[in-house]
Amino acid sequence: MNNFFSQNKGALIKKKRRWKPKGRQVDDSSYKEITSLLAGIAIVRDELIEYLHLIQDNFGCLYDKHLTALAELMKIPLAEVYEVATFYAHFNVVKDSNLKASEVTIRVCESLTCEMFGSQEILKSLSSINNDSFNIVPGPCMGRCQHAPTVSVGKNYVDNANVDKVLKIVEKKEYQPVITNYIDLNNYESEGGYSVLKKFINKQISLDEIKSIVEKSNLKGKGGAGFPTFKKWEFVLANPEPRYLTINADEGEVGTFKDRYYLEKDPHRFLEGVLISAKIVNAKKAYIYLRDEYPLALEILKKEIKKLIENNIVEKNYIIIRRGAGAYICGEESAMIESIEGKRGLPRNRPPYVAQVGLFGKPTLVNNVETVYWLRDIIEKGASWYANKGTNDRKGFHSFSVSGRVKNPGVKIAPAGITVQELIDDYSGGMLDGHTFKAYLPGGASGGILPASLNNIPLDYGVKELEDEGCFLGSAAIVILSDQDKMKDVGLSLLRFFEEESCGQCTPCRVGTEKTVKEMKKEKWSKSTLTDLSIVMSDASICGLGQAACNPLNSIIKYFPEEFQLND
Amino acid sequence: MTNPIVNFSINNKQVKANTDETIWQVAKRLGIEIPHLCYLPEPGYRADGNCRACMVEIEGERVLAASCIRKPTQDMKVFTTSERAKKSRNLVFELLLADQPERKTSHNKDSHFWKWLDKLEVNDSRFSPKEICVADVSHPSISVNLDSCIQCNLCVRACREVQVNDVIGMAYRGEKSKIIFDFDDPMGDSTCVACGECVQACPTGALMPSSIVDNKGYGHTDIDKKVESVCPYCGVGCQIEYNIKDNQIAYVDGIDGPANKNRLCVKGRFGFDYVSHAERLTKPLIRIKGKKKELHPSIDFSNLHDYFKEVTWKEALEFASSGLLKLKNSDGPSAFAGFGSAKCSNEEAYLFQKLIRTGLNTNNVDHCTRLCHASSVAALLETIGSGAVTAPFYEVEHSEVIIVIGANPTENHPVAATFFKNAAKKGSKLIVMDPRGQALRNYATHMVQFKPGTDVALLNSIMHVILEENLFDEEYIKKHTLGFEQLKEHLKIFTPDKMAKTTGIEASEIRKVARLFANTKKGIIFWGMGISQHIHGTDNARCLISLALMTGNVGRKGTGLHPLRGQNNVQGASDAGLIPMMYPDYQLVNNDKTRKFFEHFWKTDLDPNSGLTVVEIMNAIHKGQIKGMYILGENPAMSDPDLNHARESLQKLEHLIVQDIFLTETATYADVILPASAWPEKNGTVTNTNRQVQMGRKAIQTPGEAKEDWWITNEIGKKLGLDWNYNSPKDIFEEMAKTMPSLNNITWERLEKENSVTYPCKSPTAKGEEVVFGDKFPIHGGKGKFVPANVISPDEIPDKEFPMILTTGRQLEHWHTGAMTRKASNLDAIEPEATISLSPKDIKSIKINSGELIKVSTRRGSIKTRVREDRSIPEGVIFMPFCYKEAAANLLTNSALDPIGKIPEFKYCAAKIDIVK
Repeated sequence: MNNFFSQNKGALIKKKRRWKPKGRQVDDSSYKEITSLLAGIAIVRDELIEYLHLIQDNFGCLYDKHLTALAELMKIPLAEVYEVATFYAHFNVVKDSNLKASEVTIRVCESLTCEMFGSQEILKSLSSINNDSFNIVPGPCMGRCQHAPTVSVGKNYVDNANVDKVLKIVEKKEYQPVITNYIDLNNYESEGGYSVLKKFINKQISLDEIKSIVEKSNLKGKGGAGFPTFKKWEFVLANPEPRYLTINADEGEVGTFKDRYYLEKDPHRFLEGVLISAKIVNAKKAYIYLRDEYPLALEILKKEIKKLIENNIVEKNYIIIRRGAGAYICGEESAMIESIEGKRGLPRNRPPYVAQVGLFGKPTLVNNVETVYWLRDIIEKGASWYANKGTNDRKGFHSFSVSGRVKNPGVKIAPAGITVQELIDDYSGGMLDGHTFKAYLPGGASGGILPASLNNIPLDYGVKELEDEGCFLGSAAIVILSDQDKMKDVGLSLLRFFEEESCGQCTPCRVGTEKTVKEMKKEKWSKSTLTDLSIVMSDASICGLGQAACNPLNSIIKYFPEEFQLND
Repeated sequence: MTNPIVNFSINNKQVKANTDETIWQVAKRLGIEIPHLCYLPEPGYRADGNCRACMVEIEGERVLAASCIRKPTQDMKVFTTSERAKKSRNLVFELLLADQPERKTSHNKDSHFWKWLDKLEVNDSRFSPKEICVADVSHPSISVNLDSCIQCNLCVRACREVQVNDVIGMAYRGEKSKIIFDFDDPMGDSTCVACGECVQACPTGALMPSSIVDNKGYGHTDIDKKVESVCPYCGVGCQIEYNIKDNQIAYVDGIDGPANKNRLCVKGRFGFDYVSHAERLTKPLIRIKGKKKELHPSIDFSNLHDYFKEVTWKEALEFASSGLLKLKNSDGPSAFAGFGSAKCSNEEAYLFQKLIRTGLNTNNVDHCTRLCHASSVAALLETIGSGAVTAPFYEVEHSEVIIVIGANPTENHPVAATFFKNAAKKGSKLIVMDPRGQALRNYATHMVQFKPGTDVALLNSIMHVILEENLFDEEYIKKHTLGFEQLKEHLKIFTPDKMAKTTGIEASEIRKVARLFANTKKGIIFWGMGISQHIHGTDNARCLISLALMTGNVGRKGTGLHPLRGQNNVQGASDAGLIPMMYPDYQLVNNDKTRKFFEHFWKTDLDPNSGLTVVEIMNAIHKGQIKGMYILGENPAMSDPDLNHARESLQKLEHLIVQDIFLTETATYADVILPASAWPEKNGTVTNTNRQVQMGRKAIQTPGEAKEDWWITNEIGKKLGLDWNYNSPKDIFEEMAKTMPSLNNITWERLEKENSVTYPCKSPTAKGEEVVFGDKFPIHGGKGKFVPANVISPDEIPDKEFPMILTTGRQLEHWHTGAMTRKASNLDAIEPEATISLSPKDIKSIKINSGELIKVSTRRGSIKTRVREDRSIPEGVIFMPFCYKEAAANLLTNSALDPIGKIPEFKYCAAKIDIVK
């Protein structure tokens, strides 16, 4: 009918003879494989990600035929399964059922600290090895920056990695996490563990008393936002039941590893905090959203929660662990909630806030691991035990994750208000030999970058000097840079991280991070273009990721203009 | 407005808003334009707030807010025009522009996106573009050019939330985010049903109707005019807008009609080029003398002129009418019959039955309602006094429990199905009962897959539980019904345990379903041909009516009885009197009072006896009682059961006039063929399944010498000596309305203005009544009557020789006998070939592969066709669509009739399959 040929003329002429209904159809054998794998499980929509893990753990990857069967079994659209599976970096969707799944996936951490310690070379060398039995991919921060560079082989982690070390692990097929020493239920209880919880349950201590202690202690959320913990409780309590507690154990901010440290060392101090928190808001259930990069913590938690159930400290299925699947964005509280609901981790527009409309549409308390970790001690030892630990007129302490060019990196429990210089000198054994302190990240990838000259700013939430520089403490991930680090590379590494980890939902962040990386790769930088990108991302992004993504770039432009060329 | 009011300010001006309004909506109301891309202010689309094109500044907030999703709060100060807000908005557009193709060569240079760029004067982007992705041209109807995609996810919402066809997703992450079909499959290989909702929602041209995208990917969006009308296919009655270029339909959009809220299905959106098909009849034709009529059509368009000669309209009309007059003189009025069409307008239906009744003096006039819902109508008239639905299908929005039985709406009433799925997703409980599995099952709380033909047993056992457990609505029954005690007595023996053997449904499941439906005050029942096309079709419908009455689920919000009507105007054609025993508005021909009225009104004597129905007419031809027929737009040579028999009848006719747009199978038996108009070529009203009378408008000219149908009937009337002089459909409508109380307060002028009015309608300005019979039924002194139904087996049950069950139906892409849809290039490309569907187990057991040729036989005939493997088909059942002339399913079907509705048992006969060597 037209006076031109349609783009789709081929499809129009071809005529599709079909011997099955439209689109992918489930085949009986795959359906059987999936139903038997999920046998005994009551199929619910929000556990989609858990099922995907089960399938991948079992078959080595996610074959399309199995995903088709899963969609049929769950009565959800094929697209819904696919979009969730492809959102998370740890899922490996294989669309050719004839392809054999590789035996193990090796992830090389390309986060800033690991990059500073040569991870890119490791990645390159490993990639050049032609071996079908393993699948080599780069990965974002694995929360082991004190042992940089890090490489994961399956669920096993190789610290201070090199190619030989990695290949040895592969050869020995050591793909499972290695359990290290930690304080188990017996040891924890013998030191008075769970007595605070019991007191609370037995009404020997009231909700108001706890609130008052925590308010006086000045405990603030340790996830990064620094919001007073007692106030958050009040917001959630102002909304009707049912309510949920969700624990954010999706520690993914570049350079942060404190939560892993606590989970792997003293899990019950954390779990007691979870149960105290849950009781405070009378939560229907408590969900722990644990990043998939922490398989050891997962194993420990599973084991210890089982003991809690056996010891009647918690009811079965009250604490539910949800495994993340490789998405930094799920550390954002509303994205985390979406992910617990089995969806892609897209941050929600606010209002409404999660305290009002959170998990499954119900009022939800979201706490960071470390926040609840300290609850027992604060309630037991009193508000001043915590409050008095600050310095420079600040209250409390932080668990600084210190990494980079220092002699003795690691988790440093140090007073709030400490300066970076004190952290380096008094807590981290000074700079590495041959390195001169040049700059530091006060709060991971999002917290901006400060030059060594500003080494006297107190590190805490709500510090004006920090905020005036466009920086913040966040999760207290301090990365120390030296004269051997090029700021342009540092900036690019961080922006590439944001580009990779942007969920893609909103234009400023999705397109903005991509265009910013493209601009930064150019020989000469355009200040006006980069500034505009920074403006639209910080002003118009839905969540903190996009809003903060340009912080390191802005810092570099401000403090290190000599390290790049500008063309306007 | 009952919502509390919020006072706030926009750009320092004090304004009031409802608490459910967003800043964007308030601004729009005030005439303040805020750019928007991912927000589509149309029914069914929620705001998502992802594109960030609508950012505004709110005093005291750290970052900007998306106005499409943000609601104002008391004393909020919003600035839509602040430099900061404008800067970010423009930057959002600049970011998106970077990756777009050049406007001049873009897929839609008139897209919403480009229009905003114009308004904002954003002409260039400083940012480096991404790599261009390739077009997905795998689908015949939709061009997918994701280089224009801005990831606004409107298509995802269109597909998953509005139409709930569940194909499109947003996969991957970050800048790799991508619109996908199923598992990132080519659209043409996906489960896409081509409803095109995504195309209509897309703001950039990334998804376009392929009819206007050329092979370079350029969109040809210029059109001459837009014409609002109604879809010509199913009974849902979607309102559409033709986009016309050079007297051709370039593409079609859905508009905001009550039944479709902008939604369409593949037929209504992409199924229109049949009107310009090369095989359209453009000249009147007369059978060449001596050319024999063959039993099975061997004539097609290519050898048409070997059998027919082209004549002038004058000759054709003369030939047609003189043939009729000759027979009238020799054999009298009972030698005639006429089939009108549910595809024509109300005016054409009215005029046609008037012609048969007054010009040929017989009531032998019927149409395809006989083949679809005659039994439902019979049961409804008998029990509640009205053959139409008691509530529109979108009443499901208010229903708590929805029963869909013997219907496959995702295929046959696709847009109605979207509303069912919307309701189920919002939490209504959906009970699907059907021997075949179907797409709705994914949304159903219960899928009751019972054995074919056991409907009465199933429904009686459900009602038994309701009685046994005292779950019926005593008060309603007392106040509004008759005959409950008899029914109660009758149902005693139908225990679910006993019936389980018959129906194959466990007693516990029956109890669950019964309780679910009985315990809601907002229950609604939908049914289709699976209920009606049985020899116990009337009984099936009686059971459904009893179920609704005993639970009090009629006449209120969220309740009702709704037989889903199959054709665009099957409701209207029935209303207009294309029924052998009824004049317009179901006034009985054997009632002296009504006959007198019509004799007076039409100024002629009328036959006092009921006429024959469709299958009875065919039988009467066989017996030599009927010798002449006038068939307008119907295709009995495909649609009637037991085609060998039906075609013999057609072959025997001495004088057959066929009026159609194509050389249908029926037309091959004609003595004279009158080239008629397609729906987009004429004005007229049609009435949908919801009792909504809607205006169809002429958008293009008829081809060649083809004429509008009402004109042709009018001319034949004149030739038969009737004093007719209708000048337009409007004339006819006005006369028709005088005989039909149902059309009170519904005038042609009103329909022209409002497009749609529901009957009954209380005043010239009132909205029609959608839910009826809340107070009383128009029968039995206001009371609905329970009519008990006994279990009878289908007419022909499987035996050793024919061990399987054959059931027939429609497919999404093809409609009725395929006369239109198989000539619509897009629909033909998607479903080009006849298939029979079998369960995987049956395929395995006869050791063939799907796609292989197989022979299906019944006692009446056999056909060969290829096998489609379909998990939704139960073992032992064969499903065949009846739209394929090369494998006409009705050669196999049984013509046994329901004794009351006179509907054939299309849904059940004994059959066997054999391997073709």
